[in-house]
Amino acid sequence: MSMPFYVAPEQQMKDKADYARKGIARGRSAVVLQYEGGILMVADNMSRTLHKISELYDRIGFAAVGRYPEFENLRLMGVRFADVRGYQYDRRDVSGRQLANIYAQTLGTVFSESLKPWEVEIVVAEVGDTAADDEIYRITFDGSIVDERGFVAVGGSSESVATALKQRFVADAPLSAALNTATHALARENGSDRELEAGNLEVAVLERAREHRKFRRVHGRRLTALLEEGRARGRAGSGGDGGDGGTAARGSAASASADGDGADEDQTDE
Amino acid sequence: MFEGFEGGRLPAAFMSAGTSSFTEFVRSVSPELLPGHHLPSGEGAEHLTPDATTIVALTFPGGVVMAGDRRATQGNVIANRDMEKLFRTDEFSAVAFAGSAGIGIELARLFQVELEHYEKMEGRVLSLEGKANKLAQMVRGNLGMAMQGFVVVPLLVGYDETADVGRVFSYDAVGGRYEEHRYHSIGSGSVYARGSVKKLYRDDLDETGAVRVALESLYDAADDDSATGGPDLHRKIFPLVDVITEAGHRRVPTDDVARLATEVVQGRAAHPDGPTATLS
Repeated sequence: MSMPFYVAPEQQMKDKADYARKGIARGRSAVVLQYEGGILMVADNMSRTLHKISELYDRIGFAAVGRYPEFENLRLMGVRFADVRGYQYDRRDVSGRQLANIYAQTLGTVFSESLKPWEVEIVVAEVGDTAADDEIYRITFDGSIVDERGFVAVGGSSESVATALKQRFVADAPLSAALNTATHALARENGSDRELEAGNLEVAVLERAREHRKFRRVHGRRLTALLEEGRARGRAGSGGDGGDGGTAARGSAASASADGDGADEDQTDE
Repeated sequence: MFEGFEGGRLPAAFMSAGTSSFTEFVRSVSPELLPGHHLPSGEGAEHLTPDATTIVALTFPGGVVMAGDRRATQGNVIANRDMEKLFRTDEFSAVAFAGSAGIGIELARLFQVELEHYEKMEGRVLSLEGKANKLAQMVRGNLGMAMQGFVVVPLLVGYDETADVGRVFSYDAVGGRYEEHRYHSIGSGSVYARGSVKKLYRDDLDETGAVRVALESLYDAADDDSATGGPDLHRKIFPLVDVITEAGHRRVPTDDVARLATEVVQGRAAHPDGPTATLS
Protein backbone atom coordinates (compact mmCIF):
# COMPACT_ATOMS: atom_id res chain seq x y z
CA MET A 1 0.00 0.00 0.00
CA SER A 2 1.11 3.52 -0.64
CA MET A 3 0.55 6.67 1.33
CA PRO A 4 0.54 9.96 -0.59
CA PHE A 5 3.18 12.23 0.89
CA TYR A 6 2.02 15.55 2.14
CA VAL A 7 3.86 18.36 0.45
CA ALA A 8 3.35 21.85 1.79
CA PRO A 9 2.06 24.31 -0.82
CA GLU A 10 5.04 26.58 -0.18
CA GLN A 11 7.37 23.70 -0.93
CA GLN A 12 5.39 22.79 -4.03
CA MET A 13 5.66 26.31 -5.42
CA LYS A 14 9.30 26.52 -4.55
CA ASP A 15 10.00 23.24 -6.32
CA LYS A 16 8.15 24.41 -9.40
CA ALA A 17 10.00 27.71 -9.39
CA ASP A 18 13.34 25.94 -9.02
CA TYR A 19 12.44 23.62 -11.83
CA ALA A 20 11.49 26.48 -14.14
CA ARG A 21 14.61 28.49 -13.25
CA LYS A 22 16.88 25.59 -13.97
CA GLY A 23 15.17 25.00 -17.29
CA ILE A 24 15.55 28.63 -18.28
CA ALA A 25 19.16 28.71 -17.13
CA ARG A 26 20.07 26.02 -19.63
CA GLY A 27 19.42 28.41 -22.52
CA ARG A 28 21.06 31.64 -23.49
CA SER A 29 19.86 35.13 -22.63
CA ALA A 30 18.21 37.92 -24.53
CA VAL A 31 18.22 41.67 -23.98
CA VAL A 32 15.86 44.46 -24.94
CA LEU A 33 16.90 48.10 -24.67
CA GLN A 34 16.01 51.55 -25.90
CA TYR A 35 18.20 53.36 -28.42
CA GLU A 36 17.81 56.74 -30.07
CA GLY A 37 15.57 55.44 -32.86
CA GLY A 38 13.37 53.05 -30.90
CA ILE A 39 13.85 49.70 -29.21
CA LEU A 40 16.58 47.19 -29.91
CA MET A 41 16.09 43.46 -29.26
CA VAL A 42 19.07 41.11 -29.22
CA ALA A 43 19.22 37.40 -28.49
CA ASP A 44 22.08 34.97 -28.37
CA ASN A 45 20.72 32.52 -30.93
CA MET A 46 22.56 30.28 -33.36
CA SER A 47 19.47 29.40 -35.37
CA ARG A 48 18.41 31.54 -38.27
CA THR A 49 14.91 30.09 -38.43
CA LEU A 50 13.88 29.24 -34.86
CA HIS A 51 13.38 32.77 -33.69
CA LYS A 52 13.57 34.05 -30.14
CA ILE A 53 12.59 37.53 -31.30
CA SER A 54 9.51 38.23 -33.37
CA GLU A 55 6.88 40.72 -34.33
CA LEU A 56 3.52 40.71 -32.56
CA TYR A 57 1.91 43.80 -34.05
CA ASP A 58 2.63 47.17 -35.65
CA ARG A 59 4.52 48.61 -32.69
CA ILE A 60 5.00 45.54 -30.57
CA GLY A 61 7.83 43.04 -30.44
CA PHE A 62 8.32 39.80 -28.54
CA ALA A 63 11.51 38.31 -27.13
CA ALA A 64 11.70 35.03 -25.26
CA VAL A 65 14.14 32.63 -23.69
CA GLY A 66 13.70 29.10 -22.43
CA ARG A 67 11.97 26.17 -24.07
CA TYR A 68 11.24 26.89 -27.70
CA PRO A 69 7.91 25.04 -28.13
CA GLU A 70 6.51 26.72 -25.05
CA PHE A 71 7.35 30.29 -25.97
CA GLU A 72 6.46 29.62 -29.60
CA ASN A 73 2.96 28.77 -28.37
CA LEU A 74 2.87 32.06 -26.51
CA ARG A 75 4.02 33.93 -29.59
CA LEU A 76 1.29 32.41 -31.77
CA MET A 77 -1.25 33.24 -29.11
CA GLY A 78 -0.08 36.85 -29.03
CA VAL A 79 -0.17 37.25 -32.80
CA ARG A 80 -3.67 35.81 -32.93
CA PHE A 81 -4.93 37.95 -30.10
CA ALA A 82 -3.41 41.11 -31.58
CA ASP A 83 -4.70 40.48 -35.09
CA VAL A 84 -8.22 39.66 -33.93
CA ARG A 85 -8.27 42.71 -31.68
CA GLY A 86 -6.90 44.99 -34.41
CA TYR A 87 -9.40 43.66 -36.93
CA GLN A 88 -12.31 43.95 -34.54
CA TYR A 89 -11.54 47.52 -33.48
CA ASP A 90 -8.67 49.46 -34.97
CA ARG A 91 -4.95 48.92 -35.39
CA ARG A 92 -4.26 51.57 -32.73
CA ASP A 93 -6.31 49.63 -30.21
CA VAL A 94 -3.74 46.87 -29.81
CA SER A 95 -1.33 47.64 -26.98
CA GLY A 96 1.68 46.05 -25.43
CA ARG A 97 0.05 46.23 -22.02
CA GLN A 98 -2.89 44.06 -23.14
CA LEU A 99 -0.53 41.47 -24.54
CA ALA A 100 1.68 41.51 -21.48
CA ASN A 101 -1.39 41.01 -19.28
CA ILE A 102 -2.59 38.06 -21.30
CA TYR A 103 0.83 36.47 -21.16
CA ALA A 104 1.01 37.05 -17.43
CA GLN A 105 -2.40 35.48 -16.89
CA THR A 106 -1.62 32.52 -19.07
CA LEU A 107 1.75 31.85 -17.46
CA GLY A 108 0.29 32.41 -13.99
CA THR A 109 -2.46 29.87 -14.60
CA VAL A 110 -0.05 27.32 -16.00
CA PHE A 111 2.29 27.83 -13.05
CA SER A 112 -0.34 27.36 -10.38
CA GLU A 113 -2.49 24.71 -12.00
CA SER A 114 -0.29 22.34 -13.92
CA LEU A 115 2.36 20.03 -12.57
CA LYS A 116 5.07 21.31 -14.84
CA PRO A 117 5.55 25.06 -15.08
CA TRP A 118 6.63 26.54 -18.40
CA GLU A 119 10.33 27.18 -18.59
CA VAL A 120 10.10 30.52 -20.33
CA GLU A 121 10.72 34.16 -19.66
CA ILE A 122 9.45 36.71 -22.12
CA VAL A 123 9.60 40.39 -22.96
CA VAL A 124 6.87 42.40 -24.65
CA ALA A 125 8.12 45.74 -25.97
CA GLU A 126 6.08 48.50 -27.52
CA VAL A 127 7.64 51.47 -29.23
CA GLY A 128 5.76 54.74 -28.67
CA ASP A 129 5.69 58.06 -30.49
CA THR A 130 8.45 59.34 -28.22
CA ALA A 131 11.02 57.55 -26.08
CA ALA A 132 8.97 58.41 -23.00
CA ASP A 133 6.04 56.43 -24.41
CA ASP A 134 8.05 53.25 -24.92
CA GLU A 135 6.88 50.30 -22.85
CA ILE A 136 8.93 47.24 -21.95
CA TYR A 137 7.39 44.43 -19.91
CA ARG A 138 9.14 41.39 -18.56
CA ILE A 139 6.96 38.39 -17.78
CA THR A 140 8.40 35.50 -15.83
CA PHE A 141 7.48 31.81 -15.73
CA ASP A 142 5.10 32.30 -12.77
CA GLY A 143 3.16 35.09 -14.43
CA SER A 144 4.81 37.99 -12.62
CA ILE A 145 4.92 41.07 -14.74
CA VAL A 146 7.47 43.84 -14.39
CA ASP A 147 7.30 47.21 -16.12
CA GLU A 148 10.94 47.83 -17.02
CA ARG A 149 12.58 51.17 -17.73
CA GLY A 150 15.13 51.53 -20.50
CA PHE A 151 16.52 48.03 -20.66
CA VAL A 152 15.89 44.48 -19.55
CA ALA A 153 17.68 41.15 -19.69
CA VAL A 154 15.99 37.78 -19.57
CA GLY A 155 17.42 34.32 -19.28
CA GLY A 156 19.19 32.00 -16.89
CA SER A 157 21.94 34.36 -15.87
CA SER A 158 20.07 37.53 -16.63
CA GLU A 159 21.44 39.15 -13.48
CA SER A 160 25.02 39.26 -14.66
CA VAL A 161 23.81 40.34 -18.10
CA ALA A 162 21.63 43.05 -16.58
CA THR A 163 24.56 44.33 -14.53
CA ALA A 164 26.72 44.61 -17.61
CA LEU A 165 23.86 46.34 -19.41
CA LYS A 166 23.32 48.78 -16.61
CA GLN A 167 26.95 49.85 -16.60
CA ARG A 168 26.95 50.83 -20.23
CA PHE A 169 23.36 51.68 -20.99
CA VAL A 170 22.72 55.14 -22.41
CA ALA A 171 19.10 55.96 -23.17
CA ASP A 172 19.55 57.69 -26.52
CA ALA A 173 22.59 55.89 -27.87
CA PRO A 174 22.91 55.36 -31.62
CA LEU A 175 21.98 51.90 -32.87
CA SER A 176 25.55 50.64 -33.26
CA ALA A 177 26.45 51.74 -29.73
CA ALA A 178 23.32 50.16 -28.27
CA LEU A 179 24.08 46.96 -30.15
CA ASN A 180 27.60 47.01 -28.77
CA THR A 181 26.22 47.43 -25.26
CA ALA A 182 23.84 44.54 -25.82
CA THR A 183 26.42 42.13 -27.23
CA HIS A 184 28.88 43.11 -24.52
CA ALA A 185 26.26 42.29 -21.91
CA LEU A 186 25.26 39.00 -23.53
CA ALA A 187 28.90 37.97 -23.71
CA ARG A 188 29.14 38.32 -19.91
CA GLU A 189 26.72 35.47 -19.41
CA ASN A 190 27.76 32.81 -16.89
CA GLY A 191 30.75 34.92 -15.97
CA SER A 192 32.38 33.92 -19.23
CA ASP A 193 33.85 36.45 -21.60
CA ARG A 194 33.12 35.45 -25.15
CA GLU A 195 33.10 37.39 -28.37
CA LEU A 196 29.69 37.26 -30.08
CA GLU A 197 29.71 37.30 -33.86
CA ALA A 198 26.90 38.09 -36.28
CA GLY A 199 26.27 34.37 -36.73
CA ASN A 200 25.42 33.95 -33.03
CA LEU A 201 23.07 36.86 -32.83
CA GLU A 202 19.46 37.41 -33.57
CA VAL A 203 18.80 41.13 -33.80
CA ALA A 204 15.66 43.14 -34.49
CA VAL A 205 14.56 46.73 -33.98
CA LEU A 206 11.28 48.49 -33.44
CA GLU A 207 11.98 51.65 -35.40
CA ARG A 208 10.01 54.64 -34.21
CA ALA A 209 10.29 56.51 -37.51
CA ARG A 210 9.21 53.59 -39.68
CA GLU A 211 5.75 53.66 -41.25
CA HIS A 212 3.12 50.96 -40.76
CA ARG A 213 4.91 48.05 -39.12
CA LYS A 214 7.85 49.15 -36.99
CA PHE A 215 9.46 45.75 -36.53
CA ARG A 216 12.47 44.97 -38.65
CA ARG A 217 15.06 42.23 -38.45
CA VAL A 218 18.70 43.21 -38.74
CA HIS A 219 20.91 40.58 -40.28
CA GLY A 220 23.51 39.88 -42.92
CA ARG A 221 25.79 42.67 -44.03
CA ARG A 222 23.92 45.36 -42.14
CA LEU A 223 24.38 43.52 -38.86
CA THR A 224 28.07 42.89 -39.47
CA ALA A 225 28.59 46.56 -40.34
CA LEU A 226 26.72 47.71 -37.22
CA LEU A 227 28.73 45.36 -35.00
CA GLU A 228 32.00 46.67 -36.41
CA GLU A 229 30.89 50.27 -36.09
CA GLY A 230 29.87 49.64 -32.49
CA ARG A 231 33.22 48.07 -31.64
CA ALA A 232 35.16 50.89 -33.25
CA ARG A 233 33.04 53.38 -31.33
CA GLY A 234 33.66 51.45 -28.11
CA ARG A 235 37.44 51.45 -28.64
CA ALA A 236 37.49 55.13 -29.52
CA GLY A 237 35.43 55.93 -26.42
CA SER A 238 36.43 55.35 -22.82
CA GLY A 239 38.99 52.69 -23.59
CA GLY A 240 37.51 49.76 -21.78
CA ASP A 241 35.88 49.17 -18.48
CA GLY A 242 37.92 46.20 -17.36
CA GLY A 243 35.83 43.09 -18.12
CA ASP A 244 33.79 42.64 -14.99
CA GLY A 245 33.04 39.08 -14.07
CA GLY A 246 29.44 38.13 -13.53
CA THR A 247 29.71 37.14 -9.89
CA ALA A 248 31.10 40.32 -8.40
CA ALA A 249 28.09 42.49 -9.13
CA ARG A 250 25.50 39.85 -8.59
CA GLY A 251 23.94 41.18 -5.43
CA SER A 252 23.22 44.65 -6.71
CA ALA A 253 21.76 43.27 -9.91
CA ALA A 254 19.30 41.12 -8.02
CA SER A 255 17.95 44.09 -6.18
CA ALA A 256 17.78 46.09 -9.38
CA SER A 257 15.83 43.61 -11.43
CA ALA A 258 13.95 41.35 -9.11
CA ASP A 259 11.44 43.71 -7.55
CA GLY A 260 7.86 42.65 -8.07
CA ASP A 261 8.88 39.09 -8.76
CA GLY A 262 6.16 36.94 -7.21
CA ALA A 263 8.22 33.81 -6.70
CA ASP A 264 10.54 33.39 -3.77
CA GLU A 265 13.53 35.62 -3.98
CA ASP A 266 16.11 33.13 -2.67
CA GLN A 267 19.24 32.79 -4.69
CA THR A 268 18.97 29.21 -5.81
CA ASP A 269 22.18 27.28 -6.04
CA GLU A 270 22.43 25.76 -9.48
CA MET B 1 -16.48 36.92 -27.64
CA PHE B 2 -13.23 35.88 -26.07
CA GLU B 3 -12.67 39.00 -24.01
CA GLY B 4 -14.04 37.28 -20.95
CA PHE B 5 -11.19 34.94 -20.25
CA GLU B 6 -12.01 31.41 -19.31
CA GLY B 7 -10.28 30.94 -16.00
CA GLY B 8 -7.79 33.69 -16.76
CA ARG B 9 -6.82 32.27 -20.12
CA LEU B 10 -7.72 32.70 -23.74
CA PRO B 11 -9.61 29.81 -25.35
CA ALA B 12 -7.42 26.83 -26.23
CA ALA B 13 -7.70 27.60 -29.95
CA PHE B 14 -5.34 30.55 -29.45
CA MET B 15 -2.56 28.22 -28.36
CA SER B 16 -3.05 25.32 -30.75
CA ALA B 17 -0.61 24.77 -33.59
CA GLY B 18 -3.62 25.19 -35.90
CA THR B 19 -3.85 27.36 -38.93
CA SER B 20 -1.87 30.30 -40.27
CA SER B 21 -4.97 31.71 -41.91
CA PHE B 22 -6.59 34.56 -40.04
CA THR B 23 -10.01 33.97 -41.60
CA GLU B 24 -10.00 30.30 -40.65
CA PHE B 25 -8.91 31.12 -37.16
CA VAL B 26 -11.55 33.81 -36.63
CA ARG B 27 -14.16 31.46 -38.02
CA SER B 28 -13.28 28.99 -35.27
CA VAL B 29 -13.26 31.47 -32.36
CA SER B 30 -15.59 34.36 -33.24
CA PRO B 31 -17.30 33.79 -36.59
CA GLU B 32 -19.59 36.76 -36.00
CA LEU B 33 -16.68 39.08 -36.83
CA LEU B 34 -16.41 37.86 -40.41
CA PRO B 35 -18.30 39.56 -43.23
CA GLY B 36 -21.17 37.53 -44.64
CA HIS B 37 -21.57 35.54 -41.45
CA HIS B 38 -25.30 36.18 -41.27
CA LEU B 39 -26.57 35.87 -44.79
CA PRO B 40 -29.88 37.71 -44.95
CA SER B 41 -32.65 36.27 -47.06
CA GLY B 42 -34.32 38.04 -49.94
CA GLU B 43 -32.79 39.85 -52.83
CA GLY B 44 -32.61 43.25 -54.43
CA ALA B 45 -31.05 44.78 -51.30
CA GLU B 46 -28.12 46.28 -53.19
CA HIS B 47 -29.44 49.80 -52.54
CA LEU B 48 -28.24 49.35 -48.95
CA THR B 49 -24.64 50.16 -49.82
CA PRO B 50 -23.24 52.48 -52.49
CA ASP B 51 -21.23 51.31 -55.48
CA ALA B 52 -17.58 52.07 -55.88
CA THR B 53 -16.66 52.79 -59.45
CA THR B 54 -13.51 52.90 -61.58
CA ILE B 55 -10.06 51.43 -60.89
CA VAL B 56 -7.24 51.25 -63.39
CA ALA B 57 -3.88 49.47 -63.12
CA LEU B 58 -0.93 49.28 -65.48
CA THR B 59 2.59 47.95 -65.32
CA PHE B 60 5.80 49.69 -66.26
CA PRO B 61 9.32 48.26 -66.35
CA GLY B 62 10.15 47.42 -62.72
CA GLY B 63 6.78 48.11 -61.17
CA VAL B 64 3.07 48.67 -61.31
CA VAL B 65 0.71 51.62 -60.85
CA MET B 66 -2.87 51.46 -59.63
CA ALA B 67 -5.25 54.42 -59.49
CA GLY B 68 -8.86 54.84 -58.54
CA ASP B 69 -11.43 57.61 -58.71
CA ARG B 70 -13.06 58.75 -55.47
CA ARG B 71 -16.75 58.56 -56.23
CA ALA B 72 -19.35 56.17 -54.84
CA THR B 73 -22.87 56.26 -56.20
CA GLN B 74 -26.24 55.04 -55.10
CA GLY B 75 -28.43 54.90 -58.15
CA ASN B 76 -28.27 58.36 -59.68
CA VAL B 77 -27.08 59.95 -56.45
CA ILE B 78 -23.45 60.61 -55.57
CA ALA B 79 -23.14 58.92 -52.20
CA ASN B 80 -19.53 59.82 -51.48
CA ARG B 81 -17.06 62.15 -53.16
CA ASP B 82 -13.84 61.15 -51.47
CA MET B 83 -14.04 57.43 -50.90
CA GLU B 84 -10.81 55.46 -50.61
CA LYS B 85 -10.95 52.31 -52.71
CA LEU B 86 -7.25 51.54 -52.74
CA PHE B 87 -5.67 49.61 -49.91
CA ARG B 88 -2.06 48.85 -49.20
CA THR B 89 -2.14 45.17 -48.27
CA ASP B 90 1.53 44.62 -47.55
CA GLU B 91 4.96 45.88 -48.53
CA PHE B 92 4.63 44.63 -52.13
CA SER B 93 0.93 44.49 -52.90
CA ALA B 94 -2.19 46.60 -52.97
CA VAL B 95 -5.82 45.88 -53.66
CA ALA B 96 -8.70 48.01 -54.91
CA PHE B 97 -12.30 47.07 -55.50
CA ALA B 98 -15.36 48.01 -57.49
CA GLY B 99 -18.94 47.23 -56.57
CA SER B 100 -20.70 47.20 -53.20
CA ALA B 101 -18.61 49.53 -51.09
CA GLY B 102 -19.57 48.19 -47.67
CA ILE B 103 -18.54 44.67 -48.62
CA GLY B 104 -15.48 45.75 -50.57
CA ILE B 105 -13.91 47.75 -47.75
CA GLU B 106 -14.36 44.86 -45.34
CA LEU B 107 -12.93 42.42 -47.85
CA ALA B 108 -9.85 44.58 -48.37
CA ARG B 109 -9.33 44.99 -44.63
CA LEU B 110 -9.66 41.28 -44.02
CA PHE B 111 -7.30 40.49 -46.89
CA GLN B 112 -4.71 42.83 -45.43
CA VAL B 113 -4.86 41.17 -42.01
CA GLU B 114 -4.80 37.78 -43.70
CA LEU B 115 -1.50 38.51 -45.47
CA GLU B 116 0.12 40.02 -42.40
CA HIS B 117 -1.11 37.23 -40.15
CA TYR B 118 0.34 34.58 -42.42
CA GLU B 119 3.64 36.43 -42.55
CA LYS B 120 3.90 36.65 -38.77
CA MET B 121 2.75 33.10 -38.09
CA GLU B 122 4.98 31.48 -40.69
CA GLY B 123 7.90 33.86 -40.56
CA ARG B 124 7.82 34.30 -44.32
CA VAL B 125 5.80 36.20 -46.89
CA LEU B 126 3.27 34.56 -49.20
CA SER B 127 4.25 34.43 -52.86
CA LEU B 128 2.38 36.84 -55.13
CA GLU B 129 0.45 33.90 -56.64
CA GLY B 130 -0.36 32.76 -53.12
CA LYS B 131 -1.78 36.19 -52.32
CA ALA B 132 -3.76 36.20 -55.57
CA ASN B 133 -5.23 32.76 -54.84
CA LYS B 134 -6.08 33.69 -51.28
CA LEU B 135 -8.00 36.72 -52.55
CA ALA B 136 -9.82 34.47 -55.05
CA GLN B 137 -11.01 32.27 -52.18
CA MET B 138 -12.23 35.30 -50.29
CA VAL B 139 -14.17 36.61 -53.28
CA ARG B 140 -15.68 33.14 -53.74
CA GLY B 141 -16.69 33.25 -50.08
CA ASN B 142 -18.76 36.32 -50.89
CA LEU B 143 -20.73 34.49 -53.61
CA GLY B 144 -23.83 34.23 -51.42
CA MET B 145 -23.85 37.99 -50.97
CA ALA B 146 -23.10 38.52 -54.66
CA MET B 147 -26.17 36.46 -55.58
CA GLN B 148 -28.24 38.91 -53.56
CA GLY B 149 -26.88 41.87 -55.43
CA PHE B 150 -23.82 42.76 -53.32
CA VAL B 151 -21.33 42.13 -56.07
CA VAL B 152 -17.78 43.18 -55.35
CA VAL B 153 -14.75 42.52 -57.54
CA PRO B 154 -11.20 43.37 -56.52
CA LEU B 155 -8.13 44.20 -58.55
CA LEU B 156 -4.83 43.06 -57.09
CA VAL B 157 -1.48 44.52 -58.05
CA GLY B 158 1.87 43.46 -56.73
CA TYR B 159 5.56 43.48 -57.31
CA ASP B 160 6.98 40.02 -57.96
CA GLU B 161 10.37 39.97 -56.29
CA THR B 162 11.49 36.78 -58.00
CA ALA B 163 10.76 38.02 -61.54
CA ASP B 164 11.36 41.74 -60.85
CA VAL B 165 8.11 42.77 -62.52
CA GLY B 166 4.82 44.34 -61.53
CA ARG B 167 1.78 42.10 -62.01
CA VAL B 168 -1.97 42.65 -62.17
CA PHE B 169 -4.70 40.17 -61.23
CA SER B 170 -8.39 40.61 -61.89
CA TYR B 171 -11.33 38.62 -60.52
CA ASP B 172 -14.90 37.84 -61.30
CA ALA B 173 -17.70 37.60 -58.75
CA VAL B 174 -17.39 33.81 -58.33
CA GLY B 175 -13.70 34.00 -57.50
CA GLY B 176 -12.25 33.40 -60.95
CA ARG B 177 -8.72 34.76 -61.00
CA TYR B 178 -7.15 36.11 -64.17
CA GLU B 179 -3.69 37.51 -64.61
CA GLU B 180 -3.77 40.59 -66.80
CA HIS B 181 -0.89 41.67 -68.94
CA ARG B 182 0.25 45.26 -69.13
CA TYR B 183 -2.98 46.92 -67.96
CA HIS B 184 -6.50 46.39 -66.75
CA SER B 185 -9.47 48.30 -65.41
CA ILE B 186 -12.56 47.41 -63.38
CA GLY B 187 -15.78 49.16 -62.38
CA SER B 188 -18.52 51.04 -64.13
CA GLY B 189 -16.17 53.30 -66.09
CA SER B 190 -13.72 50.53 -66.91
CA VAL B 191 -14.71 50.26 -70.56
CA TYR B 192 -13.72 53.86 -71.22
CA ALA B 193 -10.67 53.75 -68.98
CA ARG B 194 -9.38 50.60 -70.64
CA GLY B 195 -9.84 52.06 -74.12
CA SER B 196 -7.93 55.12 -73.02
CA VAL B 197 -5.04 53.17 -71.48
CA LYS B 198 -4.91 50.94 -74.54
CA LYS B 199 -4.15 53.94 -76.74
CA LEU B 200 -1.73 55.64 -74.37
CA TYR B 201 0.18 52.62 -73.08
CA ARG B 202 3.76 52.13 -74.17
CA ASP B 203 6.16 49.43 -73.06
CA ASP B 204 8.81 51.95 -72.01
CA LEU B 205 6.71 54.12 -69.71
CA ASP B 206 8.49 55.32 -66.60
CA GLU B 207 6.77 55.67 -63.23
CA THR B 208 5.61 59.26 -63.77
CA GLY B 209 4.46 58.42 -67.28
CA ALA B 210 2.46 55.47 -65.98
CA VAL B 211 0.82 57.64 -63.33
CA ARG B 212 -0.01 60.21 -66.01
CA VAL B 213 -1.58 57.53 -68.24
CA ALA B 214 -3.65 56.30 -65.27
CA LEU B 215 -4.92 59.82 -64.58
CA GLU B 216 -5.74 60.44 -68.26
CA SER B 217 -7.70 57.21 -68.38
CA LEU B 218 -9.64 58.04 -65.22
CA TYR B 219 -10.49 61.41 -66.74
CA ASP B 220 -11.79 59.62 -69.84
CA ALA B 221 -13.83 57.27 -67.66
CA ALA B 222 -15.33 60.21 -65.77
CA ASP B 223 -15.97 61.93 -69.08
CA ASP B 224 -18.29 59.19 -70.31
CA ASP B 225 -19.45 57.39 -67.16
CA SER B 226 -21.59 59.43 -64.79
CA ALA B 227 -20.73 57.17 -61.86
CA THR B 228 -16.99 57.90 -62.11
CA GLY B 229 -15.69 61.08 -60.51
CA GLY B 230 -13.10 63.21 -62.28
CA PRO B 231 -10.45 65.29 -60.52
CA ASP B 232 -12.27 67.86 -58.36
CA LEU B 233 -10.04 70.94 -58.49
CA HIS B 234 -12.34 73.05 -56.35
CA ARG B 235 -12.71 70.62 -53.49
CA LYS B 236 -9.14 69.39 -53.95
CA ILE B 237 -10.27 65.80 -54.31
CA PHE B 238 -7.96 63.83 -56.59
CA PRO B 239 -7.67 60.18 -57.55
CA LEU B 240 -5.65 57.92 -55.26
CA VAL B 241 -2.53 56.49 -56.85
CA ASP B 242 -0.40 53.62 -55.54
CA VAL B 243 2.98 52.68 -56.99
CA ILE B 244 4.71 49.40 -56.17
CA THR B 245 8.30 48.80 -57.15
CA GLU B 246 11.36 47.02 -55.82
CA ALA B 247 11.40 49.65 -53.08
CA GLY B 248 7.96 48.59 -51.89
CA HIS B 249 4.54 50.17 -51.80
CA ARG B 250 4.19 53.92 -52.05
CA ARG B 251 1.08 56.04 -52.07
CA VAL B 252 1.82 58.95 -54.39
CA PRO B 253 1.57 62.12 -52.25
CA THR B 254 -1.59 64.19 -52.80
CA ASP B 255 0.43 67.21 -53.92
CA ASP B 256 2.07 65.24 -56.73
CA VAL B 257 -1.24 63.76 -57.85
CA ALA B 258 -2.82 67.22 -57.67
CA ARG B 259 -0.11 68.67 -59.90
CA LEU B 260 -0.42 65.89 -62.51
CA ALA B 261 -4.22 65.88 -62.39
CA THR B 262 -4.30 69.66 -62.86
CA GLU B 263 -2.06 69.25 -65.92
CA VAL B 264 -4.49 66.67 -67.29
CA VAL B 265 -7.47 68.96 -66.73
CA GLN B 266 -5.65 71.93 -68.30
CA GLY B 267 -4.64 69.77 -71.25
CA ARG B 268 -8.27 68.97 -71.79
CA ALA B 269 -9.10 72.68 -72.03
CA ALA B 270 -7.18 72.74 -75.31
CA HIS B 271 -8.08 69.19 -76.41
CA PRO B 272 -11.28 68.02 -74.71
CA ASP B 273 -10.74 64.44 -75.88
CA GLY B 274 -7.21 64.32 -74.53
CA PRO B 275 -3.98 63.13 -76.13
CA THR B 276 -4.31 61.27 -79.40
CA ALA B 277 -2.43 58.18 -80.50
CA THR B 278 -0.55 58.34 -83.80
CA LEU B 279 -1.74 56.28 -86.77
CA SER B 280 0.93 53.90 -88.06
